[in-house]
Amino acid sequence: MNVILAGFGWIFTASHWTTVNLGPGIGQRVAEHLFITLIALVFVVLIAVPLGLFIGHTGKGRTIAIAASNISRALPTLGLLAVLILFLGIGLLPITVVLVLLGIPPLLAGVYSGLESVDRTTIDAARAVGMTELQILLKVEVPLSIALLIGGLRAATLQIIATVAVAATFSGGGLGNYVISGVAQADYAQMMGGAILITALALVVDGLFALVQRFVVPRGVSRGTSRRNTARAGAIPVVATTRTLIKEGQ
Amino acid sequence: MQWVWTNFDTIWGLTLAHVGLSVIPIVVGFVLSIPLGYAASRSKVARSVLLTAGGILYTIPSLALFVAIPVIIGGAILDPRNVVIALTIYAVAIMVRTAADAFASVPADVQDSATAIGFSGVQRFFAVDLPLAGPVLLAGIRVVSVSTVSLLSIGAIIGVSNLGSLFTDGFQRNFYTEIWTGLVCILLVALVFDVVLVVIARILMPWNRRSSARSVRAHARRAALS
Repeated sequence: MNVILAGFGWIFTASHWTTVNLGPGIGQRVAEHLFITLIALVFVVLIAVPLGLFIGHTGKGRTIAIAASNISRALPTLGLLAVLILFLGIGLLPITVVLVLLGIPPLLAGVYSGLESVDRTTIDAARAVGMTELQILLKVEVPLSIALLIGGLRAATLQIIATVAVAATFSGGGLGNYVISGVAQADYAQMMGGAILITALALVVDGLFALVQRFVVPRGVSRGTSRRNTARAGAIPVVATTRTLIKEGQ
Repeated sequence: MQWVWTNFDTIWGLTLAHVGLSVIPIVVGFVLSIPLGYAASRSKVARSVLLTAGGILYTIPSLALFVAIPVIIGGAILDPRNVVIALTIYAVAIMVRTAADAFASVPADVQDSATAIGFSGVQRFFAVDLPLAGPVLLAGIRVVSVSTVSLLSIGAIIGVSNLGSLFTDGFQRNFYTEIWTGLVCILLVALVFDVVLVVIARILMPWNRRSSARSVRAHARRAALS
């Protein structure tokens, strides 16, 4: 327990917010961590959302997406980082590549399984009232599966935040740096401080996503879908979807 | 390739260490999640408490959890057991949800019939609920197995010897072969574990060979989201 207290003590030492061991202080490390996460996330969204919408809407390529997610789970992050950083040199690029590779599968899975969870009869109804495929996608499928979509984004973001921490082993940036240097220097207050900050960052981001998930669900679609509730995809209650649909279709 | 042969003993030793350190979380995680998952499938309160707790624990990034465990259990900072405990926590966090879903998927009328022909609660659990939940539990434990084998490598950062050590060492020496060897070995360990799980499941659930394929695939797809 002493080490936890020491960790908090380390965090609340004012000087550590400007500089730690002549390196960047906590404020800058948090900013680095979020900045790298955000850059990776932009690419992840640009790639995974269109792809997921395509797979979910057409049902094509699902096998590939599932295989990709299984492989990405099996591939050790640390090994990928080591290879790419050696190959591309230390810097933002190799880390971003690894983060994007690891962030795509969870978001992709959230998007396509979200679309799959929409009741087929609802989609048929939308088609029957004359909506175009694009309208069906944007006005029916996406709103009805928005909770799972955001859930995928949430999983991807947390995956990236955790990986940025690990990446500090090789690159030194972000909050993982304090854990790595703390272990290396046997400075357990710094190590624990870093671990607490990383955990806090992940939990805060997770909490924000939970809030967003709560607010984006359109009226009439009952909730009860959180990030890991996606395990019950298909169980999204479709109560009142027809009402939503009629409203949307008008 | 030359390097692989000359260092075969080291690589084999690390592989055995990797297997040893990852088997425990997988087995213990599975065993713990059965009663927890069953409880979660029986009561709404238990479900929301257990799944929320699991969700929060799973959110903690691995690097942070690895170094925080010794502080919580009071062991030495660089003890390999910390990593085993951290991975067990992740395993339970993922597996409880799957187990809860697995037990919830057992049809209520089947349970009622078992009770009606005189099964006691315990008998029903082992003879009816557990076997019927089996295929989904299998899908869940396969996900846990793969991610445990892969996550363990991060333990190398804090000095726990396993195949991940090839990554940190190879990086320091600027030596690709070593890193690739580590990647390939980890994938092989994950593959072997997966095959072992499937074989065990075939022996334990002989009735399940055909019909399960579809439900397991469907679940694997859903589990891919967790």
